[in-house]
Amino acid sequence: MSFISKPVVHHPQLGHNDLGLTRRDYEGPISTLCAGCGHDSVSAAIVQACAELSIPPHRFAKVSGIGCSSKTPSYFLGNSHGLNSVHGRMPSVTTGANLANRSLHCIGISGDGDTASIGLGQFAHIVRRRVNMLYIVDNNGTYGLTKGQFSATNDKGSTNKKGLPNLHEPIDLVSMALQIGATFVARSFSGDKRQLVPLIRAGLLHEGFAFIDVVSPCVAFNNHAGSTKSYEYVRGHRDDVVMADFVPTHEEITADYAPGEREDVLMPDGSTLRLRKLEETYDPRDRTKALNYVHDKTLQGEVVTGLLYIDPDASDCHAMLNTVAEPLNSLGEAELCPGSEALDAINASFR
Amino acid sequence: MSAQVSYNDFVIKFANVNGSGSASANGMFAKALFRMGIPVATRNIFPSNIQGLPTWFEVRVSERGYLGRREGVDVMVAMNAETYEEDVASVVPGGYLFYDNSKPLARELVRNDIVEVGIPISEMLLPEFQDPKQRQLFKNITYLGALSALLNLDFDVLKSMIGEQYKGKDALIKPNIHALEIGRNYAMEYLDCPLRVQVRPSDAVGDRIMINGNSAAALGCIYGGATVCAWYPITPSTSLVEAFERYANQLRLDENGRRKFAVVQAEDELAAIGMVIGAAWNGARSFTATSGPGLSLMSEFLGLAYFAEIPAVLFDVQRAGPSTGMPTRTQQSDLLSAAYASHGDTKQVLLIPATPKECFEFAAAALDLADRLQTPVIVLSDLELGMDDSLSEPFVWDDERRYDRGKVYTAEDLDELESYGRYRDIDGDGIGYRTYPGTHPTKGSFFTRGTSRDENAKYTESPDAYIANMRRLERKWQTAAGLVPVPEISRSEPARAYGIIYYGTTEHPMREALDRLAEDGIHLDTMRIRAFPFSQAVFEFVTEHELVFVVEQNRDGQMETLLVSEGRLDSAQLIGVRYFGGLSISADIIAREIRDYFVENKLARISEVTS
Ligand SMILES: Cc1ncc(C[n+]2csc(CCOP(=O)(O)OP(=O)(O)O)c2C)c(N)n1
Ligand code: SF4
Ligand SMILES: [Mg+2]
Repeated sequence: MSFISKPVVHHPQLGHNDLGLTRRDYEGPISTLCAGCGHDSVSAAIVQACAELSIPPHRFAKVSGIGCSSKTPSYFLGNSHGLNSVHGRMPSVTTGANLANRSLHCIGISGDGDTASIGLGQFAHIVRRRVNMLYIVDNNGTYGLTKGQFSATNDKGSTNKKGLPNLHEPIDLVSMALQIGATFVARSFSGDKRQLVPLIRAGLLHEGFAFIDVVSPCVAFNNHAGSTKSYEYVRGHRDDVVMADFVPTHEEITADYAPGEREDVLMPDGSTLRLRKLEETYDPRDRTKALNYVHDKTLQGEVVTGLLYIDPDASDCHAMLNTVAEPLNSLGEAELCPGSEALDAINASFR
Repeated sequence: MSAQVSYNDFVIKFANVNGSGSASANGMFAKALFRMGIPVATRNIFPSNIQGLPTWFEVRVSERGYLGRREGVDVMVAMNAETYEEDVASVVPGGYLFYDNSKPLARELVRNDIVEVGIPISEMLLPEFQDPKQRQLFKNITYLGALSALLNLDFDVLKSMIGEQYKGKDALIKPNIHALEIGRNYAMEYLDCPLRVQVRPSDAVGDRIMINGNSAAALGCIYGGATVCAWYPITPSTSLVEAFERYANQLRLDENGRRKFAVVQAEDELAAIGMVIGAAWNGARSFTATSGPGLSLMSEFLGLAYFAEIPAVLFDVQRAGPSTGMPTRTQQSDLLSAAYASHGDTKQVLLIPATPKECFEFAAAALDLADRLQTPVIVLSDLELGMDDSLSEPFVWDDERRYDRGKVYTAEDLDELESYGRYRDIDGDGIGYRTYPGTHPTKGSFFTRGTSRDENAKYTESPDAYIANMRRLERKWQTAAGLVPVPEISRSEPARAYGIIYYGTTEHPMREALDRLAEDGIHLDTMRIRAFPFSQAVFEFVTEHELVFVVEQNRDGQMETLLVSEGRLDSAQLIGVRYFGGLSISADIIAREIRDYFVENKLARISEVTS
């Protein structure tokens, strides 16, 4: 790779952020996913959100597991380092990355197979551990990369491409995250940038663990009638709670979120998605209510989207571990090595 | 039975019940001898159990500095009725059996060829201490007191140790000393003190310290600059991490008490190694500690780190496998699974310490090597080395020493460069230049992956690019062979006909075994292997000898397999000497097997040749 940058033909409509950068500076190389794959929309939303936040594009650390979804970190934030790890283990790798350098913004990308099956244990424990990161699951209800097997988030009765029904109960990652103490829990739809981008922004600014479950249709294996993770199905069964352009600063949190407006959203496939009006009564600071709400709506066959829960006073694992403010990876001999005199004393203590 | 008095040369074994508080009393016994200047090595033979099962504590006392295990017990302190029979049987003829004779011994257990030393411990303590639990604890101190008279221990040393043990809990000092004195006074009054087997002050310890390998490795990690430790509890590695955390809490706090380190107890070993790799990728020195089962779980991740070239340090404190095996017994049986941990053509760098001092040094070296080689480094210790206190040379640190963070480009470096490719072999040693995440706004970022890529870290499935990458990793492996600790070789000039190879904790019994063999006219060139990949010197040692014994603490001869396959050696040249019963290999076993081999195969001994 030589340092000849991409041709600087910026799209005339691309605005500059506070750093004087455009969205282009937050993009990555061209995606190799299927055309129309929901995951690419999530990547685009991440690019937009990061650009809007005016965080320097190299100050992110991207980590993923294995799957089509986990490939996406190579398609956004090309000036950031990324680590495509092993299947289901993104959470532990991100934990390590965050321990090493708390000043970077960690973005973890996973799939529903990666998180709800092989990685369910790591998912549960990173929630408990409160790693300061944004954890996104590109949830398509299937194993895209291994060609269409059911995943554990697939709804019971939902059919695969061959028309065979899923016999097992689904794992709802949002409910699980709520149950084990996540301090920021949201769900969205890859085709709804208007909702997703603000959620990503808020998740990145959240001081602690932020989780977004993004329903992200797989056009190759799970976008047919009978799948509850298809564009069609989700469009017809959503229930948006907080259409949250919700910046979790401590001052604003005390105020209730402003009610949004009715929106028509242009979908990647050209269709229009009509968002339901927000429920003004929904309070995203009540964990128990959030759990009940998700549960009730699920029983009614509805997919609740939006910011379901936020703890504005959240803290992260560094606070729990009481680590120094500087990144651990910036400490050298002077800070870390106790020196020979101390060692002599240690030797003496073993005599 | 000779009536000759022997000084500072015996094996004493304490048979106790797990959880009865004997550990600290027995530890004090060993430490007291050490403080008298006498070389000691301890072996804690404990069950996988918290309370109730039998446990033994063995102390090798040796003026000559033999710290390895020796068969046979000279003084048996039999405090566990359940194991009484086997304990009595293990005493060498002429040895001593020390027991609580508050109740008479069953007749069938009496041996005529050993000396019984009975003391009514329970009986004496009954009127002294009301609380039965206290009485149980003081029993241990009482036998310690009696032993001090019988073996001629310096009583002041012992008393001062009670003071240290209960520092801050002064109310406990008096009753403990009282319990000591009860035992001591009884022995002085009613028994023939001291025994034929006894101690006397010595200067054989020199400036050595008494420590276990896990504490030593933990200190090595502190000194070596590790900042992230992630782990999952497993015997016998747990105490390594606990020691790291303890030392870090003393030595690694800033002026506000904030920590310059992070220790995370992960949900399992997969997560532990994942955290280590994530932290190392992001530029922090990190490590984990585990044992066989954990190593198996970590193997997929170790392959990622090998192929994606991410440093990681792993301590495998080996225990007896397969599976859960004998989880509280020692073995050297993870050698192959560590060397080739993970699928595909994967090889891992191993460091094999033999002493606490080497645990300290290899821990710090592992952190440097992992950064230099951008690959995992596994330090293969074992239960005996890790958990048992033994004599060790004191640790040394050169304040001029700088951490070798390997090839890492800074933002300034990147600004100077025309172009950058993560996996370009610029220096010809197979090692590319890393950048840490977040270094430069526009230069030097790359995508780390376990999939194949070209030298610019770009994904590719091109056979040529894949092969070129795998060949480069092979070059890096050669580089590693030149950087890891060299073998410790002792050979005569010209080389003798026969050699012996050993590694890890076999070091201790080996010295003694070689001395015994020499007395029988068997002289061997020796090589202690300390790392994998093997340097050329390792293979040369084999080829320049007619026959080479390979001493190992496993069934299958894992080092032998590694040598033969990596060096394309003739396996007929190698003779395995193995013990894998869960105790460490003893000098007796090594010497006996080699002597037998010489006799059976009519090999010439030096003394026969020269005489
Ligand atoms: C240990 C291991 N087992 C199995 C696989 C094969 N595999 C690759 S991706 C995948 C499923 C991915 O599903 P998901 O996380 O939902 O991602 P998607 O492709 O749907 O985005 C599996 C099983 C693997 N790479 N590693
Ligand atoms: S297979 Fe499905 S998940 Fe994978 S890239 Fe194609 S559409 Fe996306
Ligand atoms: Mg999926």
